[in-house]
Amino acid sequence: MSMFKRSPWMVHYDGASCNGCDIEVLACLTPRYDVERFGVINTGNPKHADVLLITGYINEQSQPVVRQIYQQMPDPKVVIAIGICATSGGIFSECYNTKGGVDSTIPVDVYVPGCAARPESIIDGVVKGLAVLETKRAAWRIERKKRNRVFRLPFFKPKASPP
Amino acid sequence: MSNRTIIPFGPQHPVLPEPIHLDLVVEDERVIEAIPSFGFIHRGLERLVEKKDFQEFTFVAERVCGICSFIHGMGYCQAVERVMGITLPPRADYLRTFWAELSRIHSHLLWMGLVADAFGFENLFMNSWRIRENILDIVEETTGGRVIFGAAKIGGTRRDVTNDKLKEIGRTLKTIEAELHAITDVFEQDYSVQQRLRGIGILSREDAFDLGAVGPTLRGSGEPMDARCEGYAAYRDIEVEPIVESDCDSYARCMVRIREIYQSFDIIRQVLCRMPDGETEIKVKGYPNGEHFARLEQPRGEVLYYVKGNGTKHLDRFRVRTPTFANIPPLLKMLQGCDLPDVPVIVLTIDPCISCAER
Repeated sequence: MSMFKRSPWMVHYDGASCNGCDIEVLACLTPRYDVERFGVINTGNPKHADVLLITGYINEQSQPVVRQIYQQMPDPKVVIAIGICATSGGIFSECYNTKGGVDSTIPVDVYVPGCAARPESIIDGVVKGLAVLETKRAAWRIERKKRNRVFRLPFFKPKASPP
Repeated sequence: MSNRTIIPFGPQHPVLPEPIHLDLVVEDERVIEAIPSFGFIHRGLERLVEKKDFQEFTFVAERVCGICSFIHGMGYCQAVERVMGITLPPRADYLRTFWAELSRIHSHLLWMGLVADAFGFENLFMNSWRIRENILDIVEETTGGRVIFGAAKIGGTRRDVTNDKLKEIGRTLKTIEAELHAITDVFEQDYSVQQRLRGIGILSREDAFDLGAVGPTLRGSGEPMDARCEGYAAYRDIEVEPIVESDCDSYARCMVRIREIYQSFDIIRQVLCRMPDGETEIKVKGYPNGEHFARLEQPRGEVLYYVKGNGTKHLDRFRVRTPTFANIPPLLKMLQGCDLPDVPVIVLTIDPCISCAER
């Protein structure tokens, strides 16, 4: 378990799906699979989260919601599309209300196949997502350093007060 | 001078696994009115009958909702079979009932976990879901799926279960039932559970009936109505007594579900005892021509399927009226006048399945 250096917090949103994957995501948190022992916590607040799990595809009404949740999450962040609906629309891809998979709206890092995706494969997807998160974090750190160099204020030494 | 504020609830909310949006009009801490808005998971799958043929559509019907998936598939098949005049072999009927009751147990356990989470009883949430996994193990052994069973088929069932396996399942269920008592005792006796559920979300019997509530929401208000008494599938041989509580509050609805779990165990036991031998499917010839309404009992209440065929492989119309859809008006009634912190608990007591409601 050396790859779990940090505790990734996740936020979960259900796009348009049958909620089968949805309850499998919840089942990951419960005693049989228990991802909390690795420090993975399901938080309700996008601002606390590193990982966004989306089940189900995107339709007209959920598009702004997904986009908003994504924008609220702090950088670096990882998006995991769970189930075949989130990947491509799956069995519902011919419906009139489909805009496509999650990648039609926000960038996706890991795709987890399955209908419904099994908890084991969801956990596997999260682990793969964490590797992506590590690389993103390293890149983000370098970028931040560059940015700080540009905007760093000149260092002022306070003048010693005259005696 | 009253000071009214609108508080948005959802679509992404910690207690809701699925998106629903409620605008709560509050005066201080009291909810005056709740205005729902929908469409976050509308898929429009009823129109898919035009693109998929009627046998293929069983898979789509099963994906109306992932929790009561099997009963959706079963209901669709039942409606089409009635249109085509197919009589199922008795073993298929019994197997379907067996899986339907298993999905009722797992759905109710899931609900118990979620409601425990909503009132902040984390331990109860984890324990309910731990027992639910045992039920899912049985489902996986017999059908191959965990949440989407894929076992129903027009003209029977896709799989058979050997009699030895059924006997073994009977023994496993006995141990699960014994384990379950530890959890339901908490719901029945624990002080904090009662504190959060008793007297919350009152729905009178008249209101429940007038607003068209179904399932445990209706039976929790004292109206004995259960579509299983209609006698579809194997329920024609098995006596089902509607479980009724008369307190009309959240606790009554909770108790209805808990007693229904034990009732389901009882039904499964009877099904296993009487399981007839023989074929599990018959060959289907021709295309459906005609229309039919099928009425089934889901974990969340009564569900209606309307099927209209025109003699080709594509159906003319498929319509499903799901229990959560019927339970939304009673929910809005319950929310009027409640305290703001009680809103998540009340929303959960109708066992909302938004995927069902929006299809």
